[in-house]
Amino acid sequence: MNRFVWPLIAVAGLLVFLVMGLRHGDPRALPSPFIGEPAPVFELPTLMNPEVNIGTNTFAGDYALVNVWATWCVMCRAEHPFLLELAARKAIPIYGINWRDSRLEAMRWLDELGDPYLASAYDEDGRVGIDWGVYGAPETFLVDPEGTVIYKHLGPLDPVIWQREFVARMSGGGQAK
Amino acid sequence: MKRLIVLVVTTLLVSTAFAIDKGKKFDDPEMQARYERLISEVRCLQCQNQSIKDSNVSLAADLRREIARMIDEGQTDEEIADFLVVRYGEFALYRPRTTGKTLVLWLAPFLLVLFGGFALVRVLRHRMSLPIDDDVAKEGQSE
Repeated sequence: MNRFVWPLIAVAGLLVFLVMGLRHGDPRALPSPFIGEPAPVFELPTLMNPEVNIGTNTFAGDYALVNVWATWCVMCRAEHPFLLELAARKAIPIYGINWRDSRLEAMRWLDELGDPYLASAYDEDGRVGIDWGVYGAPETFLVDPEGTVIYKHLGPLDPVIWQREFVARMSGGGQAK
Repeated sequence: MKRLIVLVVTTLLVSTAFAIDKGKKFDDPEMQARYERLISEVRCLQCQNQSIKDSNVSLAADLRREIARMIDEGQTDEEIADFLVVRYGEFALYRPRTTGKTLVLWLAPFLLVLFGGFALVRVLRHRMSLPIDDDVAKEGQSE
């Protein structure tokens, strides 16, 4: 019997790893190197007004969502109603980074679907997207009042993910509801 | 029949018509070679399992542009790799660097060979110590 014990243990060990791999969820979701790091510094014109800049300082002092979106991004459309809902109940300040998009189309999109963002930065050539390690919209970063990135979600937001991953990470303070 | 052949041949020809923007061309062939090598070693994050050299999605084009810019600015390969790892993690490099986190990736194959060799030696030794005229059928039961 003894001769089977070690191979069995080896196979069981492998199985554990395989199951862990399968349960990992979205295989495209990579661990973000930004978690626990200060939000990457940027300065960009806003979508609505090229004369006005927003940057990392804009959302200091409170928890904030930084949502990377684009009109060409199908899943952004899917999560849009939920962002509007968050904005309507003032759950958290939401800022957008409009990523590799056309300014006109982006403005039309917000006009038609509603604008959940306090402001959107207009990242036309994707340079700031690279600094934020963005590789697929929508991506949503949770930044704490000290300006540290505490969570990043890849893919559309929904109430379940919001409650489980975002609200749970915000300590009672902030405006988190 | 002739039309069929023409159809098949033209269909096959289509696949050679890929037009991927390879991005920047450097005047200096050495820099061009560096550029080609670097972009073939960076993973396209949007279409994982392709390098940014082979991919024509927008992010790959952005990263090619950034790498070309950094080469122009005279940054070293190490600095360019750092740029990517800080933003996208070690996963962005097809050849992860030997750091604490990736050490296990580099060592695992050698450890596995060592372990397998050890097991093989043990099994063979055990077999050799068995009496030669032992009944093979019994061996399984006696163990």
